[in-house]
Amino acid sequence: MNTLFDKIWDAHTVRVIDGGSCVLYIDRQYIHEVTSPQAFAGLRRRGIEVFRPQQVTASPDHNIPTTNQHLPIAEPQSAEQVATLVKNCAENGITIFPIGEEHNGIIHVIGPQTGLTQPGMTIVCGDSHTSTHGALGCVAFGIGTSEVEMALASQCILQSKPKSMRINVEGELKEGVCSKDIILYIISKLGTGGGTGHFVEFAGSAIRSLSMEARMTICNMSIEMGARGGMIAPDQTTFDYLKGREFAPQGDEWDAAVERWSKLCSDEDAVFDKEVTFDAADIEPMITYGTNPGMGIAVSAEIPSSKDMDEASKASYSKALAYMGFAEGEKMEGKAIDYVFVGSCTNGRIEDLRAFAHFVKGKRKAEGVTAWIVPGSKEVERLAIEEGLRDILHEAGFELRQPGCSACLAMNDDKIPAGKYCVATSNRNFEGRQGPDSRTLLAGPLVAAAAAVTGVITDPRKLK
Amino acid sequence: MRNKFTTLCSTVVPLPIENIDTDQIIPARFLKATTREGFGENLFRDWRFDKEGNPKADFVMNSPIYRGQILVAGKNFGCGSSREHAAWAIEGAGFHAVVSSFFADIFRNNALNNGLLPVTISDEMLAAIFKAVEADPSAELKIDLQAQTIELVGSDFKESFEIAPYKKECLANGYDDVDFLVSIRSEIEAFEQKK
Repeated sequence: MNTLFDKIWDAHTVRVIDGGSCVLYIDRQYIHEVTSPQAFAGLRRRGIEVFRPQQVTASPDHNIPTTNQHLPIAEPQSAEQVATLVKNCAENGITIFPIGEEHNGIIHVIGPQTGLTQPGMTIVCGDSHTSTHGALGCVAFGIGTSEVEMALASQCILQSKPKSMRINVEGELKEGVCSKDIILYIISKLGTGGGTGHFVEFAGSAIRSLSMEARMTICNMSIEMGARGGMIAPDQTTFDYLKGREFAPQGDEWDAAVERWSKLCSDEDAVFDKEVTFDAADIEPMITYGTNPGMGIAVSAEIPSSKDMDEASKASYSKALAYMGFAEGEKMEGKAIDYVFVGSCTNGRIEDLRAFAHFVKGKRKAEGVTAWIVPGSKEVERLAIEEGLRDILHEAGFELRQPGCSACLAMNDDKIPAGKYCVATSNRNFEGRQGPDSRTLLAGPLVAAAAAVTGVITDPRKLK
Repeated sequence: MRNKFTTLCSTVVPLPIENIDTDQIIPARFLKATTREGFGENLFRDWRFDKEGNPKADFVMNSPIYRGQILVAGKNFGCGSSREHAAWAIEGAGFHAVVSSFFADIFRNNALNNGLLPVTISDEMLAAIFKAVEADPSAELKIDLQAQTIELVGSDFKESFEIAPYKKECLANGYDDVDFLVSIRSEIEAFEQKK
């Protein structure tokens, strides 16, 4: 009567110490330039080496430019951070996928894409969107830099075991509704703290029907409802996705792996600490109107009233709307936007670029809209070119940039100017997330495409 | 070895806003350092300073009235990114404890790993603290780690708070998880063998 989460967690528990802190063994550690330098410095200070360098993989992604990647990074601090990562990897025998080379990309895009991420694994990275890898049936979660140092030093971290939670989405999705809409809908219902303290398994027929990449979008945003991580039991979709990928098991090993992975599911009688079920038919194309990912509504809906909120919540709600320049009761549809950002570990994979490109094919980018289409990896960029998506984008007035985290968190030059509205396929709409005083509207690639060609917030289903 | 945490009695800096995310605590553009120092200067950067870098008079940390080693914030504090820089920034600005009615998981771990004590209290007590310090900014909180209690000095509000026994020991003694994990490397190796 165990959950899938329990099975993987317990199988990786080296020891439980007083009061429930677990020494958890980590199969795979991913690192990037921003949250690792202090961890390596800590190891040097202690005079210890990396314990299992072959289980660690690095990719610079957070602050790299998305144009002219063949040139040195102009901004000195970013250049220094990337150089530090390269040096730390070289000194410790860690594989790194350097900027501009075929494997480089956002670490959460390339883990699954290369087959490094596999079902049943425990995976950590100093980045909260590590939950993305859970889509392949892993226990994957974000950690802080002290924990990055722990994992480098011992291939383990100390961690209290989270509670378990299952979120079921049952039934058929409406036409024009994508996985980003599902997760924005769930977060809007549960709130940004609705999953805190829990590790979530996503299940139900609507989840099962999703492609592997669409599942990654769902698990990616688990953290936006506070969950420690999100996961989906592996099935044929998972195996078909992984088969033949560079670092996935090959030949006989592949068959043995699939047999092992096929057993990874929650028992029929497993009991979760928390369980909720949603009807897929209730989900519409979504967009956010506020300054946290829980402030989402159907594109066609009106900004909710605060009249039933308590005083503390009301003040925070008003602050959010004032920041966004919106008022209660206003319709989202028809509001003018300035920027469109398609990319990130949430929606920067090839399926997202296909969805966007197919939507804008034969249409034109609206005047006055600046659009940044940023592939999640070199591989996604290569496919977009090979499949002719870049040509479609060009004809419609869009430019395909080079891979990186880009305007999701604006650590590079891709910053949304103060006061401007950006429809973004990324994961956070916090104040200033995309640049000081920028205003972010989170949405899926179709809602982003509809906004890009009309210049206003538009339900994509009305633009056939 | 870190500083040891025993008891703390201090005035507070109140921030009665819910869902304060780590992008507000320390915006991403300030994450480019390769050391742990200096983040305190940019704590709540865009709430605290205008574009020219001048202090905003209406932000509590710029008020001459509110000073203290305890930050008190609305529920769901520290949601968002896993950046440990958020804990470094709070600690770097001179705080030793953060009090709220709800913390995001990763932030809580990051705080504990840096000797910054996150104290979870009831919504009622949180509201009472905000009210008390608004009426009298010299109101103090007293936190006792050993007893796991927090009280609003001079009031009936006294609550106990949760902390994992291991983490409590680490905070009280200034221990560090990395040293512990390295000390059990042979046990980890044995685990790898049988896995």
